[in-house]
Amino acid sequence: MPAPVEPPIETPASLPEAYAVLADSSAEDPVTPIAGGTDVMVRITGEIGEPPRRMVDLSRLRELRGIAVDRGAVVLGALTTYTEIRRSSVCREHLPALVEAAATIGAGQIQNRGTIGGNAANASPAGDTLPVLLALDAAFEVGSNRGQRAITADAFWVAYRRTALAPDELILRIRIPIGSGRETRFRKIGTRRAQAISKVVLALSWVDQDGPPGSGRVAPIAPTGNGPIGTWRDVRLALGSVADRPIRTRATEAVLEAASPTPEIADAAAEALAGEIHPIDDVRSTAEYRRVVAARALHRMIRDAGGW
Amino acid sequence: MTTQHITLTVNGEARDADVEPRLLLVHLLRDVFGLTGTHIGCDTSNCGACTIHVNGQSAKSCTMLAVQADGAEVRTIEGMVAGTELHPLQQAFWDQHGLQCGFCTPGMIMQAAWLLDQNPQPSEAEIRAGISGNLCRCTGYVNIVKAIQQAAGELQASASAPAAAGEAVAAEA
Ligand SMILES: Cc1cc2nc3c(=O)[nH]c(=O)nc-3n(C[C@H](O)[C@H](O)[C@H](O)COP(=O)(O)OP(=O)(O)OC[C@H]3O[C@@H](n4cnc5c(N)ncnc54)[C@H](O)[C@@H]3O)c2cc1C
Ligand code: FES
Ligand code: FES
Repeated sequence: MPAPVEPPIETPASLPEAYAVLADSSAEDPVTPIAGGTDVMVRITGEIGEPPRRMVDLSRLRELRGIAVDRGAVVLGALTTYTEIRRSSVCREHLPALVEAAATIGAGQIQNRGTIGGNAANASPAGDTLPVLLALDAAFEVGSNRGQRAITADAFWVAYRRTALAPDELILRIRIPIGSGRETRFRKIGTRRAQAISKVVLALSWVDQDGPPGSGRVAPIAPTGNGPIGTWRDVRLALGSVADRPIRTRATEAVLEAASPTPEIADAAAEALAGEIHPIDDVRSTAEYRRVVAARALHRMIRDAGGW
Repeated sequence: MTTQHITLTVNGEARDADVEPRLLLVHLLRDVFGLTGTHIGCDTSNCGACTIHVNGQSAKSCTMLAVQADGAEVRTIEGMVAGTELHPLQQAFWDQHGLQCGFCTPGMIMQAAWLLDQNPQPSEAEIRAGISGNLCRCTGYVNIVKAIQQAAGELQASASAPAAAGEAVAAEA
């Protein structure tokens, strides 16, 4: 048993106060933010990884709450919980794939407290919302005493469990553009349906060039099987649990770009994906399983979208 | 050792305590307030035995620090009974044999109460999804699901009968 930890904890009531607490946070002597605590609290015993040394509780920061539509984007406060995402009419209308991802995280109690900002900052390669944020081209608005800046999802996860955040920076908001006609699909593969860490998780997103505008709003559960097969543009495919961080798979995207969801394209994309990812064997799964399942899951998404 | 002073409401009663920053909420409830109905079954936030309500939302009390409950309204299994009358969920677990050893039961009931609060007429699938963060090593869940279905029916009936036991429904939202 490691020595018990005694992290002092501050509970600031406003963002400037929180910035002040974080001002002397450094890589060697970090101040660890706590949002829902569903990741941090599992570490606090020191039995899994390094326990926090000093903590700042973000839960009173109203500036970090709320869901809004602003200039063509949905803006989620960093403290938005999965339960709030699942219930939000804005999210259900514009971000059905994120709602779907939120519903797969932990179970009710974890969804009530776990936050999207915590999922992003925790930077687990298996974080379930992270491929969705990548596929939707989200951007993080982050801030500290030194000012605010934006970091694109693409540039946010820089290494295994590491983000582009400086030690004194907080995620304030996550901005997710809502393009008209954009479709997104989400699929998580785990051991069981609840409380399972993903073996593979993927999000695919595209704009249907020939589809009716706004048709991307609600992801159909079953293939529609009618209408002409359109041409896909601006395709983004992101995966979790297949690398040291959540990734975009650009070679596979290129196969799908300006293509239609036909059987031939599905075969080619699945093959490209199996060649593009380099997962590892670990306690949850094997490299081989992940490669095969990721390719099959993508194949099925394309098939369902094509309606064949 | 530095402590922090916190005040909170537990089962409708105002309480306060001086706590170490690292004290878990579940330990505050059990060891300081003596409310041992809330159980601890794991150290990875997985089992759900410690489930309580914090400001009307179900939460795993092993995943919260006591200091984070400062100012909160907390409800535990001890707060479910009205006088000497069991909550419909408690009665239903009894009637349907929804427990064997009983270790998971307080957490299961608190999670079920939150579920019925959100969704008064859940399908079987919704019940199973709703309690999927609570593990039971004895029952196989079948009778737990039946118990929640019985309670849902009774709570519905009493909600539509005015001036009846509406009190029992978790009303904090
Ligand atoms: C039983 C259980 C099941 C789970 N299941 C899943 C699952 O299925 N899928 C999944 O992806 N995750 C799962 N998790 C992990 C966890 O619930 C999520 O990652 C959750 O989103 C974390 O959010 P939080 O608010 O609880 O983060 P916290 O634990 O409070 O924080 C996590 C990390 O982010 C940092 N942080 C938090 N907020 C900010 C901010 N605004 N700015 C800067 N840094 C910040 C913290 O310092 C910490 O390093 C599970 C956890 C448990 C206990
Ligand atoms: S004690 Fe197991 S989830 Fe809290
Ligand atoms: S009754 Fe024994 S764990 Fe559920």
